[in-house]
Amino acid sequence: MQHRPRIQKGVSRAATVRFVIDGIELDAPAGESLAAALMAAGIGTIRHGPMDGQPRSVFCLIGLCQECLVEIDGMQIEACRVNVSAGMQVNRLRPMDPIKP
Amino acid sequence: MTYDLAVIGAGPAGASATIEAAKAGLDTVLIDEQRAAGGQVWRAKGPAIKAAPATPEGKTGDRLRAALAAVTADRHFSARVWDIERHTDGFRISAISPTGALTIETRAVLLAGGAQERVFAVPGWTLPGVIGLGAATALMKEQLVLPGNRVIVAGVGPLLSFVAHEIIRNGGKVAAVVDLNPLSVWLRCLPDLIGSPGLLVRGAWWRLRLWAAGVAYFHECGIRSIEGDRAVSRVTIGAVDANWCPLGAATQTYDADAVCLGHGLAPATEASRLLGADHQYDGGQGGWKPVTDDVGRTTVPGLFVAGDGAGVQGAAAAQLQGRISALAIAEDLGLLTTREWRRRSAPLILRIGKAQRFGRAMTALTIPRPGLIEAIAPDTLVCRCEGLSRHDIEAEIRAGANWPNAIKSGTRCGMGPCGGRYCTETVTELACRITGKTPGEFGIPTARPPLRPVPIGCLSGEFDYDDLPIPPPAPL
Repeated sequence: MQHRPRIQKGVSRAATVRFVIDGIELDAPAGESLAAALMAAGIGTIRHGPMDGQPRSVFCLIGLCQECLVEIDGMQIEACRVNVSAGMQVNRLRPMDPIKP
Repeated sequence: MTYDLAVIGAGPAGASATIEAAKAGLDTVLIDEQRAAGGQVWRAKGPAIKAAPATPEGKTGDRLRAALAAVTADRHFSARVWDIERHTDGFRISAISPTGALTIETRAVLLAGGAQERVFAVPGWTLPGVIGLGAATALMKEQLVLPGNRVIVAGVGPLLSFVAHEIIRNGGKVAAVVDLNPLSVWLRCLPDLIGSPGLLVRGAWWRLRLWAAGVAYFHECGIRSIEGDRAVSRVTIGAVDANWCPLGAATQTYDADAVCLGHGLAPATEASRLLGADHQYDGGQGGWKPVTDDVGRTTVPGLFVAGDGAGVQGAAAAQLQGRISALAIAEDLGLLTTREWRRRSAPLILRIGKAQRFGRAMTALTIPRPGLIEAIAPDTLVCRCEGLSRHDIEAEIRAGANWPNAIKSGTRCGMGPCGGRYCTETVTELACRITGKTPGEFGIPTARPPLRPVPIGCLSGEFDYDDLPIPPPAPL
């Protein structure tokens, strides 16, 4: 997926911090929502459909749809409800094999 | 301690209600799942944003947040309510806050959970790069990130021009706006809009700016398909008839890397349904809504609903409704005399008519029409969580599942972690087409806790296995 642009005109952001998702180091302003940071970094697939195995990503951005679910410190949490912090370790959920009816 | 009032949701209705209740002397607690008050419409900027140009929504939100900060009321932000139980003296609310599990006892509850976005399935809507119209507003207002580099904005209702306008105002590109409605429906509702000239002028300004920027705005058009390998890359659109049914083969394909898709708003009723309040179907107010009187009293004693959760009427009406409900609760609890209730509520009741007229006209533009589901391919996923296609759900309905809970128990449709929030509307339309029922006759699934996903660890609270009372073994 292409990088989603951060709006620049007249905007100043917090200092950039580095976090890790599945071993990949990414930079984002401290306090940006993880979902926005992943979109800005061009990370397309955040998880796979639990039953169909197809790529999924941020959809509702208000913590309801569960499509941006990731794992942080052993807890599953919506990326749109987490703020990026320095050294944060994020893991995507293991893609599940599609279940055939 | 037991509060007089717990307000759930800190948007226009909930925040205004909290201010009014605190001023009337009620021991009030406010709970919201966002980081700050303002709701979806007046969403605060995220902590990563140190400075940004002011917007009308931002300024209104800042005023509300300042007014809320000035009153005495307990408040819990980033807290998600997952259960509400009614008992003889009031209600017990269970929530998860950043500091752990939260239990709140209260005499009365005001639900101000607002609306939730309605997104009907279209082929390819599960691809990364497709987000809701409301999601796009959250992304731009709170994070100041654009939804894509070349965006298709599609669906129906006033959010279309708002989202497209915000994208171009912030330097992004809109490939096209695709509106199911003809331009004439906007002209037809003008008489209802004249009473709120400020909002009318803003809406007209968005359209004018889109036109000046050369953005293609297609009326009576819908998305036929969204395609791409692991993310959106092409979107095909085509004409629709007055019922929003795809019309003819003539289509146009756009290169795009994002789609913002939405079909209006529906009241968030899971909490009022959970508590057993009576509900009714009113397409003109977003669909299922709790039955209430003029001040937001539901059929459950002590339970009130204000704002879009009581029927989608927009932020201006929600603010007034929240204040009126708070005063009515104060009177019910004996903390305000009837005379004082009349004095304080009369000017609010006088103003609410115009705001409601505007909001209802906007909501009426988004009443789902039966043709909308004709664009859904048999293999298009309808239930994103359980991976169920249109074909799967129609097969279940044809096999005799003719009410929501039957479809749920037969297929698990709506039982995934989103709680049926993004499939119920599409399933309802599919079922109505086959069974000949109206959405009101078809019904709505039973609401059950948890209202939000909850980590099991948070539920046990201070529980310790060593505290378990172990009964002595039975005598042999």
